[in-house]
Amino acid sequence: MGERILLQGSHVIAEAAIRAGCRYYFGYPITPQNEFTEYMANALASLSDGVFIQAESEVAAINMVIGVSMTGRRVMTSSSSPGISLKQEGISFLSGQELPAVIVNTMRGGPGLGNIAPAQGDYFQATRGGGHGDYRNIVLAPGSGQELADFTRMSFEYADRYRIPVIILGDGMMGQMMEPVEFPEPIDPGSLPEKPWVLDGAKGRHSRIIRSMILDASAMEEHNWRLFRKYQMIEREIPQVELFLTDDARLVVVAYGTASRIAKGAIKRVREMGLKVGLIRPKTLWPFPKGPLLELSRVVTDFLVFEMSTGQMVEDVKLSLEGRRRLHFYGRPGGIISTPDEIAKVINRIYFKEGL
Amino acid sequence: MKRVFGRPRSMKDAVFHYCPGCGHSIIHRLVAEVIDELDIREKIICVPPVGCAVLAYNYLDIDMGEAPHGRATAVATGIKRALPDRIVFSYQGDGDIAAIGTAETIHAANRGEKITVIFVNNGTYGMTGGQMAPTTIIGQRSTTTPGGRNLDRDGAPLDLSEMLAINNGSVYIERTAVDSTRNIIRTKKAITKAFRVQMEGLGFALVEILSPCPTNLKMSPVQASKWISSKMTTCFPLKVIKDKIARL
Repeated sequence: MGERILLQGSHVIAEAAIRAGCRYYFGYPITPQNEFTEYMANALASLSDGVFIQAESEVAAINMVIGVSMTGRRVMTSSSSPGISLKQEGISFLSGQELPAVIVNTMRGGPGLGNIAPAQGDYFQATRGGGHGDYRNIVLAPGSGQELADFTRMSFEYADRYRIPVIILGDGMMGQMMEPVEFPEPIDPGSLPEKPWVLDGAKGRHSRIIRSMILDASAMEEHNWRLFRKYQMIEREIPQVELFLTDDARLVVVAYGTASRIAKGAIKRVREMGLKVGLIRPKTLWPFPKGPLLELSRVVTDFLVFEMSTGQMVEDVKLSLEGRRRLHFYGRPGGIISTPDEIAKVINRIYFKEGL
Repeated sequence: MKRVFGRPRSMKDAVFHYCPGCGHSIIHRLVAEVIDELDIREKIICVPPVGCAVLAYNYLDIDMGEAPHGRATAVATGIKRALPDRIVFSYQGDGDIAAIGTAETIHAANRGEKITVIFVNNGTYGMTGGQMAPTTIIGQRSTTTPGGRNLDRDGAPLDLSEMLAINNGSVYIERTAVDSTRNIIRTKKAITKAFRVQMEGLGFALVEILSPCPTNLKMSPVQASKWISSKMTTCFPLKVIKDKIARL
């Protein structure tokens, strides 16, 4: 490990991607994530094997990603909510064709054009696939500058390991914040293991086909079940959480990304008042960390989901708890950033109302 | 015995699913022959379209990566940028390249992507059953222009190749047809040149091929070919539209 560097969040992801051996980036300008695209433009221009194209559209960008991914190289794109909607057809194709790719979504207020303020309204879109068809994406939700670096490295590894699109879900707050970061050692793209399924010209072999069209219904069904078994394997292998002050907690807040940082501030405040409150922070949104949540629910009676939306992840928490425990929700959509005091008040109200 | 005719090495031993008289079978074979003659089978990658020719991978024995509808030149851009020493081409129909994929095509040409495009123009959406295409000519009946394409209501047929010729990055664009033996031979020459342009790293090359779709024209194969020479070529004249490198 190297030195600690102070960098803004969007630059951390970009630098971490290059250190993960990503030499191909395709993107389209959209606020609030232009710093990311610009960093990639500069960094890739200075590398002899770097390729950067400012695409004519979000649609073209994701399709350039598909092309590079077919050759087995590490590749990524990024955008913000409306742009991610435009990429969904391509993400569905990546899933059907089992191609690895990394996609960063700096979420903003919506629906429609919305605004450019931090929000978490794309949770459903990211965790339910987002495009057409029966598929899932791996969705990572970093919660600190260091995690932006670590999760970016992890996202390329997961994408290659499972041949799946990986979405890094953040917002403008995560993209702008400056925190000290220690980057992992850079990977030489040439040293990455060869992928046996790539298109590279059929030298000494018959043709190789990468496709998602399977006209025969029983073959299509088998493809769907094969993808499903892969998703089951991912659900077993990678769910991750952070537990914060949960050992003696009577009320546990569930929050991710920017919301989890606000929640931590609130929990510190209510702890000072003697309230036994903790936090469970999903680091993977899909697969949703059902296991750790169920484990906590053996002793914790009350859960409060806090999201910067009108309530999306709360449905996964509800599905995980299956009605065993009381579930509360507090959300602020549209780009409103709650203060820790505001959340502390919500915690207080629930804590005393439920007689904890 | 001297072998005078056979299946090109770059073709699989498979029976075409294409309708009798469809131009795709001819064009597939021409592409395969050119690949063999240029000896590039082991370094070529094709991006097939969405449309009848999506099944090109059942016939061409070369690496193939399927693109979403209209996005073939964007996918081809990604492949070519990652593997600049390979030969990358898209094979697209008129709906794919000149309607839903217009933006990707124009920008790939304008960037001067060093790819080859085989653009099969049959004036209809074949796979979906004969709807109006961007290249359906005025007066031509389709399932969505039952009284014939109307200039006021539907606009004029899109002359994509001429539009692409204006782009700085395109170096060779030719329109041919497969309606006669003579034109089939010309088409093969054009395909050969379009690949050679890429092999020499010169820029974007496209061959537009007018191709019969007897099924949706509701004509016999012979009538459909005659319709190309008598009607379609008046709207889409056969010619070299752009050639920055006449020496090839």
